[in-house]
Amino acid sequence: MTRTDPAPYRALGLTEEEFEAIEHRLGREPTHTELAMFSVMWSEHCSYKSSRVHLRNLPTDGPEILVGPGEGAGVIEVAPGIAVAWKIESHNHPSFVEPFNGAATGIGGIVRDILSMGARPIALLDPLRFGPLDDARTRYIVEEVVHGISAYGNSIGVPTVGGEAVFEECYAENPLVNVACLGVIEDRLMHGRAEGPGNAGVLFGSSTGRDGIGGASVLASAEFDETSLEKRPSVQVGDPFSEKLLIEASLELVRRGLVVGFQDLGAGGISCPASEMTSKAGTGMKVWLDRIHLREADMEPFEVMISESQERMLAVVEPDDVEAVLDVCAKWGLEARVVSEVTKSGRLEVLKGDELIADVPAEALAEEGPVYERRFERPSWIDELQVATSGDDPPEDLAGAFLSVLRSPNVSSKRWIWEQYDHMLFLGTVQGPGADAAVIRLPKGDVAVALTTDGNGRYCYLDPYEGARLAVAEAARNVACTGARPVAITNCLNFGNPEKSDVMWQFVEAVRGIGDACSALGTPVTGGNVSFYNETKGRAIYPTPIIGMLGILERPSASVGLGFRSEGDVIMTAGATSPDDLGGSEYAKVVNGVVAGKPPGLDLDAERALIGFLQEGAASGLLHSAHDPSLGGLVIAIAESGLASDLGFELEASFDHRILFSESPSRAVVTCAPEREVELEGLAERHGVPLARTGLVGGDRFDFGSFSVAKTEATDVFENALPERLAASMSL
Amino acid sequence: MSARVGVILFPGSNCELDCRRSFDALGAEVEMIWHGDVALPDVDLVVLPGGFAHGDYLRTGALARFSPIMDAVAAHAAGGGLVLGICNGFQILCEAGLLPGALKKNVGLKFLCKWTELRVDNADTPFTNRAHAGRRLRIPINHFEGNWYVDDETLRSMKENGQIVLRYTSNPNGSLDDAAGISNATFNVFGLMPHPERACDLLLGSEDGALILGSTLDHVASDARAAV
Repeated sequence: MTRTDPAPYRALGLTEEEFEAIEHRLGREPTHTELAMFSVMWSEHCSYKSSRVHLRNLPTDGPEILVGPGEGAGVIEVAPGIAVAWKIESHNHPSFVEPFNGAATGIGGIVRDILSMGARPIALLDPLRFGPLDDARTRYIVEEVVHGISAYGNSIGVPTVGGEAVFEECYAENPLVNVACLGVIEDRLMHGRAEGPGNAGVLFGSSTGRDGIGGASVLASAEFDETSLEKRPSVQVGDPFSEKLLIEASLELVRRGLVVGFQDLGAGGISCPASEMTSKAGTGMKVWLDRIHLREADMEPFEVMISESQERMLAVVEPDDVEAVLDVCAKWGLEARVVSEVTKSGRLEVLKGDELIADVPAEALAEEGPVYERRFERPSWIDELQVATSGDDPPEDLAGAFLSVLRSPNVSSKRWIWEQYDHMLFLGTVQGPGADAAVIRLPKGDVAVALTTDGNGRYCYLDPYEGARLAVAEAARNVACTGARPVAITNCLNFGNPEKSDVMWQFVEAVRGIGDACSALGTPVTGGNVSFYNETKGRAIYPTPIIGMLGILERPSASVGLGFRSEGDVIMTAGATSPDDLGGSEYAKVVNGVVAGKPPGLDLDAERALIGFLQEGAASGLLHSAHDPSLGGLVIAIAESGLASDLGFELEASFDHRILFSESPSRAVVTCAPEREVELEGLAERHGVPLARTGLVGGDRFDFGSFSVAKTEATDVFENALPERLAASMSL
Repeated sequence: MSARVGVILFPGSNCELDCRRSFDALGAEVEMIWHGDVALPDVDLVVLPGGFAHGDYLRTGALARFSPIMDAVAAHAAGGGLVLGICNGFQILCEAGLLPGALKKNVGLKFLCKWTELRVDNADTPFTNRAHAGRRLRIPINHFEGNWYVDDETLRSMKENGQIVLRYTSNPNGSLDDAAGISNATFNVFGLMPHPERACDLLLGSEDGALILGSTLDHVASDARAAV
């Protein structure tokens, strides 16, 4: 073996202590190839070294949970014999450097995670965070990220059924591109384990090239500065056609029982499945580098081992099945080669010709990454922030304030985005983009799941513990508005540099908040992703945990939408509104330019009661519509129900701005037929939910009592706000 | 006897399962046909489903027309057999010369997935006989290249023959003459950009697509009766 100069470890993102730990573990200096493998597998992105000690405290058990954290994706049983895989990932850094391919390959990665459980990916949700749209580069990033999702997601045939888009200064130079995916187990649940010494490792899919070298270590595990755009070669380039073939070939292999287990090649390249699959199974693996099909002839061994070229899977196959596996891949036009063999050694041995160029314990790579108890401390600035005015001063005129908030791109219609996504494939989209939660009828069995992603960075900035609890509660509420029962979450934790004590404090507090809310609502965590180092030039994003909630709706036909149903229906407000819940609100930001104070107060018992009320109201057919007030409060929620149905309304009382724009959680605007009003009141009382008659559906105005606007004007503002702001870039 | 429908699966197709499900629900016997086969099984209707055949990295449909099965599809059409191309399938039929014209990028230069309203302008075809002329249909589109174009002379004769079978009531993509679905001169080959298979269930927003798919089954049944 050739020895190597230790200097390269820094360029690979390893610290001196980590380098020494590797030396100590191996009992010698690592080779260049070994060092590269450690650098990706021990990166923050792959090893969760800063977050692991805190994530351990999250609740992960539940009656429906078949597979929890630690595998490619969580698996949830939604009905007897029907299981789904559910997971969220981030692709933030690549999407800033190269937005089209960054967003596209983000989809590719999560889709393969779902696939490696043996599930057919059937739905995507894309929570996005961008800077303000008055900046030309932001508009470019928005256009390209949406285009990347559209081009890749549509082409691989996985519909994008939901997501969010939020615009805030802190994301200007660090956009967030998260993506969640749902899959249905078609034949059997697969595990990414390399069982059975003597079995073959078949690498299939695209060839291995120089794209994405060090994506996990150099790109995703470091802050950004002026040189970041030079990291563009670290971004992978997507090929959706290969991904589509990979999906079909993989599912055929599972259907025909030809694979023992498989795992995709994502962050860390082949080093990742080769070490993780063997480590989980207590086996080892011998990899012959010369057998890997390369895109370029003269690649260095370390490049081959950590290349993050997309659309590749490693399958462990019994020797007798190898030929059949190669045939299936050939049928789908995919290259496939036996590149490795499962051994008993517990070691990952990499050979180039006869030369052993890496020989390390698989566990050392996969399991023994450093674990850091990073210092965290509540920063003093948070106290100043919380006692500052929350921006609840009254507006000059209420109608103008309403239209300003409605025009905010955080509130206005995202149709411009989601019309570019196929959101109907697989004939399951009972409710799609724009709904509180997407309601997806599964291909088998008459059952649906409700899916949503939620997270309010402003609330978390003001109080990360409360903000995280609010995110879980909102996600559960969104699912419940459709009539579904919230069951489990996946989470994507987007934060700044964990080496800074205030960022780490935000993280610890947010994880604690998620854990407490999930325990209270009975929605365990099935897995997720941590994205640190979301900082550019030393400025961190708002702490932004995104909660991906999954709910079960036993009868898809009972699904309730956010739009009003009929003229004459009674509008009721379920839950209590506090005039003090304007801290971090859209009103405070848009009308008064303030992000300060404390976020809205949350009572999880009240939230649970509301969720029960919404579920039963849907199941009994009482509810004609349900929609939760969030950004913009009650006025926006009622307006959105009107906008979604093209029906006007008239409220029966006048409220001041602190009630109208309050973002108190645990509320829903619901409607029912007038003759069933008493029944609905009875239902609310049984659940202990305050219910107040608020108005009537009908007419051609949005009449809020104290002010009113024409329905046509509101529609115009709501539908055109986002395209008009984006159009500024077209004229440049 | 129920109609036999063959759905061609190209690598990159993605609407084949939806086509199968919607035709199944209407009582057809559906089987999948691999693009690499050279012969068609005994089917009454050949469906080319939506998707991105061969990745569509070149012009849409430009590679799929060379798939081995396409000669058999052409022969089936030449013998009077029914061929239905939906979205990417429509694009492939144009590339293969089985339908006139070509599909360009949408005028807005964006992919569009949305509900559209169509008008049946010729109800006397195997693909629209369950509707009446003037009937409005609510069926979604899902494409980047749906802007149908043909030369003036061909358009004139197609209009005279009633080959512009379906028109958008509000043109989403710049398609010539608002054409959403067109037929060949003998009305046995039909292509449309909207996805009727996505509109066969009220829970998903519309059942109007079943009028299109069901028309083909009625036509096959009446043919069978005529043959008896």
